[in-house]
Amino acid sequence: METNYTISIYTENSVGLLNRVSAIFQRRHINIVSITSSASEIDDVSRFVIVVSMTEEAVKKVVGQIEKQVEVIKAFYHTDEETIFQESALYKVASKSLFEERHIQNIIKKSHANIVTVNTEFFVIEKTGFRHETEQLYDDLAPYGLLQFVRSGRISVTKSPMNIKALLNKLND
Amino acid sequence: MMKKENISGSEALIHCLLAEGVDLIYGYPGGAIMPFYDELYKFQDKLQHVLTRHEQGATHAAQGFARVSGKVGVCVATSGPGATNLVTGIADAMIDSTPMVCITGQVPSHLLGSDAFQETDIIGISTPVTKWNYQITDVKEIPEIMAKAFYIARSGRPGPVLVDITKDAQFATADFEYKACASVRSYKPIPVVNPSEVDAAAAVISNAKKPLIVWGQGVILGKAEEEFKTFVESSNIPAAWTILGVSALPTSHPLNVGMVGMHGNYGPNVLTNECDVLIAIGMRFDDRVTGRLDSYAKQAKVVHLEIDPAEVNKNVAADVAVLGDVKQTLPMLTQKVASKPYTEWFEKFKAHDKIEFDKVINNDLNPTKEGLSMAEVLKEINRASNSDAVVVSDVGQHQMIACRYATFNHSKSNITSGGLGTMGFALPAALGAKMGAPDREVVAIIGDGGFQMTIQELGTIFQTQAAVKVVVLNNDFLGMVRQWQQLFFDKRYASTEMVNPDFVKIAEGYFIDAKRVTKREELGKAIDEMMASDKPYFLEVCVEKEDNVFPMIPSGASVSEIRLS
Repeated sequence: METNYTISIYTENSVGLLNRVSAIFQRRHINIVSITSSASEIDDVSRFVIVVSMTEEAVKKVVGQIEKQVEVIKAFYHTDEETIFQESALYKVASKSLFEERHIQNIIKKSHANIVTVNTEFFVIEKTGFRHETEQLYDDLAPYGLLQFVRSGRISVTKSPMNIKALLNKLND
Repeated sequence: MMKKENISGSEALIHCLLAEGVDLIYGYPGGAIMPFYDELYKFQDKLQHVLTRHEQGATHAAQGFARVSGKVGVCVATSGPGATNLVTGIADAMIDSTPMVCITGQVPSHLLGSDAFQETDIIGISTPVTKWNYQITDVKEIPEIMAKAFYIARSGRPGPVLVDITKDAQFATADFEYKACASVRSYKPIPVVNPSEVDAAAAVISNAKKPLIVWGQGVILGKAEEEFKTFVESSNIPAAWTILGVSALPTSHPLNVGMVGMHGNYGPNVLTNECDVLIAIGMRFDDRVTGRLDSYAKQAKVVHLEIDPAEVNKNVAADVAVLGDVKQTLPMLTQKVASKPYTEWFEKFKAHDKIEFDKVINNDLNPTKEGLSMAEVLKEINRASNSDAVVVSDVGQHQMIACRYATFNHSKSNITSGGLGTMGFALPAALGAKMGAPDREVVAIIGDGGFQMTIQELGTIFQTQAAVKVVVLNNDFLGMVRQWQQLFFDKRYASTEMVNPDFVKIAEGYFIDAKRVTKREELGKAIDEMMASDKPYFLEVCVEKEDNVFPMIPSGASVSEIRLS
């Protein structure tokens, strides 16, 4: 059965590695739901968070093939239940609706979204949360005219430890 | 450790190669790699460069060299088309785990990404088919990256590495200091052996009544031929091979029960689905070995000895996986597995062998038809070489015949394109093999189709005078495709018949001694004459046009559905 898996990959910070990792999914004709790459808790170590929908049997094989790449330190996969995850979304709306449509202010309050910036032309709302929450806000704001909308890939931390520091210490020995 | 003051990137590259013990490289010059070639000119006495006639030839020659010698093969090309011409050979080396370092020139760094003349993104293109690749834009990076390239190519499960170097980095100068690479923090080439896995494997094997070993190239890559032989002999378990594993155990060894896979032997294929324990050693359950997976060895407990964790449970689930280098794990297993007679089990192999001999082999080796069979050519080569030759085969019917019928006394003797099935592999690979093992007889077995894919390398063979014996088995067909068309596409021979040139004249045009054989009575003498020559030699053997290779596991069928006709 296909479910969402979050693949966390700790890597060296090197040019071209994203290409090498994404090629593994492409070869197997797997669509990546979302992907983010950032610094991790360890200096000079990057962390990819990739969300895919696939079977556990397939995700195991993919993680094995990711992990054997020279510059990959370690890769893990987790179900939604095993992780704490969020996405961020930005909504750009024309300023006149903020003043003319009082209802917008209620929407913002109700959704626990933040107003990032306001000027005479437009204002920008930020919402971090689960996918259904950012989608709800999208649906609520859409009738007032969204000038722009963007949502980040999933960022996620796991409930169980991923002891990369210990692993690196061992590798450095 | 080696130090030099203020030298060019090109000279640094050469010192890196020399420090890695390289004295032979294959390649083709061009604009973006010219600074390197200019430096090479000054080091001709220390570093031999073989000019192939196409960059693909350079990769296959480097592969042939690597496969017979166990060393890293090196090839060089310019940017753009030079680099893209390497891709087939790199992909071949990747899937067959051949250690290779490819160096490509690149346009100057200020032109990167600008669609400059002969610019291609060879890093992007080669990423999925390299074990590792890297683009050097700064002369100072050269020693560290080259050391890493060689270390990664040869360690663990070997593979190809590509290093792309911009022209400005070749011209620029820097102080040079070379330290061989011994580890890369994120890279674990050999898993640490877990003794409890060995214990579990030994327990499963010790309870077996009908065990079967299937070994692959891992035994050869791990330089574990002796450890493997000891394990086979001390456990007395019948052992079958994949085409990349074959020569690790002599063909004549009494426990060698033959080849598995699509055109393998009858016994080991059928009995794969009867054994109670399948012991896979340094092999990866390729689909050409397993046939239909959901009916492959389902009755058996599978023990998998493997260096690459990603191969375990990839195609066939292992009941016990023993991760590690087989050179380490096999002796541990040998200690814990006792010998048993398995008398009835061996009888089954003999019975199947007899069936295969009567229905297939006898006919192949001693045909009653007027036309020559491919197998009788192999029989004559075995006789004339005393089974001591390196046999380099291309891809197709002749390859399967060569793998089935060539006999080997020594390891690293069967060089063929296994995983990728690259037509055109054999001629340049044979050149590389001869240069990697100059004291050995090297015989290339090639079909008329594959021969014409890299035929220009006759020029390289002539120029180097490498005494390769080239045998073209000519049936005027792309024989394997024709066989499939006959069996599965109602004999619709779409684009498989070839109108061929006079191959002997072509070889003679390259000043290579050449002969054509069309009759059985000429064959033995012609092969003796070829073997007696100490120069390159070309022999065309015109064989029966529409012979088929059997046994055969049709694509999508189970190993037990193997056909004898």
